[in-house]
Amino acid sequence: MNSLNAQIVMYEDEVRQIQACSHQLHQDSRARAILVVDKNGQLIASAGAASELDTTSLSSLVAGNVAATGGIAKLIEEEEFTGQFHEGKGISVHMTIVGRRVILVVLFDKNTTHGLVRLRVKKATQQLERILEEVAKKAKTPKVNVFAEITDADIDNLFND
Amino acid sequence: MSFINYSSREINCKLVYYGPGLCGKTTNLQYIYNKTKPDAKGKMISLATETERTLFFDFLPLSLGEIRGFRTRFHLYTVPGQVFYDASRKLILKGVDGVCFVADSQMERMEANIESLENLRENLSEQGYELDKLPYTIQYNKRDLPSVVPVAELSEVLNPTKVPEFEAVATTGVGVFDTLKAMAKGVLTELRRGS
Repeated sequence: MNSLNAQIVMYEDEVRQIQACSHQLHQDSRARAILVVDKNGQLIASAGAASELDTTSLSSLVAGNVAATGGIAKLIEEEEFTGQFHEGKGISVHMTIVGRRVILVVLFDKNTTHGLVRLRVKKATQQLERILEEVAKKAKTPKVNVFAEITDADIDNLFND
Repeated sequence: MSFINYSSREINCKLVYYGPGLCGKTTNLQYIYNKTKPDAKGKMISLATETERTLFFDFLPLSLGEIRGFRTRFHLYTVPGQVFYDASRKLILKGVDGVCFVADSQMERMEANIESLENLRENLSEQGYELDKLPYTIQYNKRDLPSVVPVAELSEVLNPTKVPEFEAVATTGVGVFDTLKAMAKGVLTELRRGS
């Protein structure tokens, strides 16, 4: 299995830092909402009006979108399209791949400009890259498997209703 | 690739339904969606053509309850079955934790089953996975139709390694949850082994 298929484990420290970074970006960019999504479609952190959104569906679609664009890049022998922008009448979406692993999604409206969003995203990207490096480093150190204790009964209980 | 979040105490796993065109992958998800309590499911998303053929994927998030204080969430995906959507299929297999191969039991679809299973094996290995090392389940769907191949024969051709296999009629729900449970169980057992 290659390294990109390895399990992602996020500890509280890193999640808190990513969360703080998202909040900062939300304030600095005057965006509506910020989502930090793993490339496989799992939401890691969010800020702003994210609670009003269906973040699970959004995360999955964003990841699908980025994967499809990555497929196009591969076909035309481009390494990766690091950024994407979808312009809407009311809300626009700016997506950036960070550290080849996560997608930083900014939803914004007329309250700000695409230029400001891009500028602030650049700064946030650098911070996120540093945090993700820490996550990758921690992943290399052997850890206790908290799920080693799961019994067959635990698994069966999930399906009882 | 499961995602364990110690901060929100959640485990997220990705399950993919694979199989030839019109074998019933989307129907499996639709049945699960219709029969799951509203608080345990999210929205089902289908990226389909105007004729309701899957274009990119279907997506259904399910929350199964807690295990050792961690909320277990499964993200169910289907791939587009039609042969020419191969590029999309490869993308959906990225980060997969468990696979279900949905076979069409009809005699005339036997070749399509074999071709799709080979395609699954190839596409997985391109992503650095081996089908035989992944939690993997087979479903023989459309058992209610007249021209079906006997299960023993399907099993011999499609399931030489004898992974969990289920007969199903996805339109009425027969075997749908048994298949899902076996897949989820396989993934959680793998998690226990620490992979």
